[in-house]
Amino acid sequence: MPALLELICPAGSLPALKAAVDGGADGVYLGFKNNTNARNFSGLNFDDAAIAAGVDYAHGKGRKVLLALNTYPQPGEVARWQQAVDRAAELKLDAVILADPGLMAYAAKRHPDLRLHLSVQGSATSYEAINFYRERFNIQRAVLPRVLSLAQVETVAQNTEVELELFGFGGLCVMVEGRCLLSSYATGDSPNTCGVCSPAHAVRWQQTPLGLESRLNGVLIDRYADAEKAGYPTLCKGRFEVQGETYYALEEPTSLNTLELLPQMARLGIAAIKIEGRQRSPAYVAQVTGVWRAAIDAVKRAPETFAVAPAWHGQLDKVSEGSMHTLGAYYRPWK
Amino acid sequence: MKLSLGPLLYYWSRDDTFAFYQAAAAWPVDSVYLGETVCSRRHTLRLPDWFSLADRLAAAGKEVVLSSQALIESESDLKLLRKIARNGKFLVEANDFGAVRLLAEAGVPFVAGPTLNAYNPDTLAMLHELGAVRWVPPVEMPARMLAAMPVPASMATEFFAYGRLPLAFSARCFTARHYNLQKDDCQFKCLDHPDGLTLRTREGAAFLTLNGIQTQSARVYSLAHRIDELRAAGVGLLRLSPQAQRMAQVVEVFHELITGGLAPAEAPARLARLMPGEPCDGYWLGQAGLDWQPERAALPS
Repeated sequence: MPALLELICPAGSLPALKAAVDGGADGVYLGFKNNTNARNFSGLNFDDAAIAAGVDYAHGKGRKVLLALNTYPQPGEVARWQQAVDRAAELKLDAVILADPGLMAYAAKRHPDLRLHLSVQGSATSYEAINFYRERFNIQRAVLPRVLSLAQVETVAQNTEVELELFGFGGLCVMVEGRCLLSSYATGDSPNTCGVCSPAHAVRWQQTPLGLESRLNGVLIDRYADAEKAGYPTLCKGRFEVQGETYYALEEPTSLNTLELLPQMARLGIAAIKIEGRQRSPAYVAQVTGVWRAAIDAVKRAPETFAVAPAWHGQLDKVSEGSMHTLGAYYRPWK
Repeated sequence: MKLSLGPLLYYWSRDDTFAFYQAAAAWPVDSVYLGETVCSRRHTLRLPDWFSLADRLAAAGKEVVLSSQALIESESDLKLLRKIARNGKFLVEANDFGAVRLLAEAGVPFVAGPTLNAYNPDTLAMLHELGAVRWVPPVEMPARMLAAMPVPASMATEFFAYGRLPLAFSARCFTARHYNLQKDDCQFKCLDHPDGLTLRTREGAAFLTLNGIQTQSARVYSLAHRIDELRAAGVGLLRLSPQAQRMAQVVEVFHELITGGLAPAEAPARLARLMPGEPCDGYWLGQAGLDWQPERAALPS
């Protein structure tokens, strides 16, 4: 029987990894300090020594460590991604999370025992796409983009042997990951190739007579009145004007939170729940991991009577973007 | 060098769509991509309509390619995809790895579309082995990356060279959202916006274009003035993305460019009068996509 509702938590640093493991994560995911992963931010991620220490810590407590190598290698630089796969095998990581088919082919051939997960950056939204990666590279798990309704997830689950991992909590990527070039259009840095979205070096804050302005490479993303709480200028969560109306034209600054869907996810046989936020602090990781551990345990104990404890929402809202949450695409009318 | 008319990214009325392709049959384009790639709710033309257009364009001497939807979500999306993959007559553009699987299984040659994210030689070689006879690089690919890409000898490179850049896909419909409608009850508002809805910054700068579940640039990507660089990078076909107005004249400009009747340096001025927005060429230079630096060379000479 495959695992059910494993809790997979983010680790942007060794302290965050320990917080996740101590808080009850079944697995953590992390990345190297370069553009081989989609959270290539300075001050974040792991060098070889930190990964080794993290693997020791997690494995010592019976937990898994997954390595995100979910950007797309480019001509002349493929070796960096391939070496990262080799290191993952040497360090005995439990799986690598890949988006690029060329890299998957390398990993499957060179390290047949290394478990492969399809990253959300691979943009696979149908069982036909997921089964493509299964047949060619024997992937064991696919992380689904945050764009399918639960009914659509069910169809995928019924038509593939590949384990499915769904996003449970964290920043809501409104676009299909791996298919979004908004950040590169504005800044030149691409999530697909550089591993960054709305990169910090392109961000400027300026107090003006009209309010506090946030810009991304000069493009005005939002402007805040004195009493308003300013958010990070993620491009798709800015306020823009369409036909004379100014609003969050793409998405509000809000977090995804699917706690109340856990029983349905369990019924669909979802293998794992992913928590987003490698760029967040160890305190965030500890807080979120604790809540989700309690919730998943409650679902496993008694799925029929599961109810979201008000305290869980309270704790999660404290660390949510804009202190708001949504069921995202899992909830059909959201679309 | 050849010209292709990329898939229609907008939602036009049935009459407008038929009229557009009837006109296109007489344009100097070698290849025409047909079909709905953006939204499964767009139905003014059903698959048999696209097939009949395909027959007419083929009879007019065009190579026809049937494009598949980029974001596949439901079983009905897959049903349509299977019908396209098994059409038995026309080349298919795969815009998702589900399509690649079906086409490879059927042993049908195909075009690897821009959303397959072929950024490196290994992935490109794999697509070639699976049956891709042509590929369209991701639209953000710079000249120097393309020039460094070893493309299999029997594989052609088609490059997105003119039009609003397709930048992102979402399950969420931004056009419906603008009208406070749910996607399932969108009232087909896209029909009112044949070139999309312009999204501006709060300073009034045109930044993006909302096109249903797709987000495009507001600026118009144009590499017309860079035709020599495109040739040097191994590009065999230039993709021109349909727009509602003045497309015939746009095609004519590119035709004159590839036949030597127009100097590349003259192209921006000619196109400026035909474009639905300001120009950009930043991606080709390896910069922010919205940049416009026509004087700067992208490749070392």
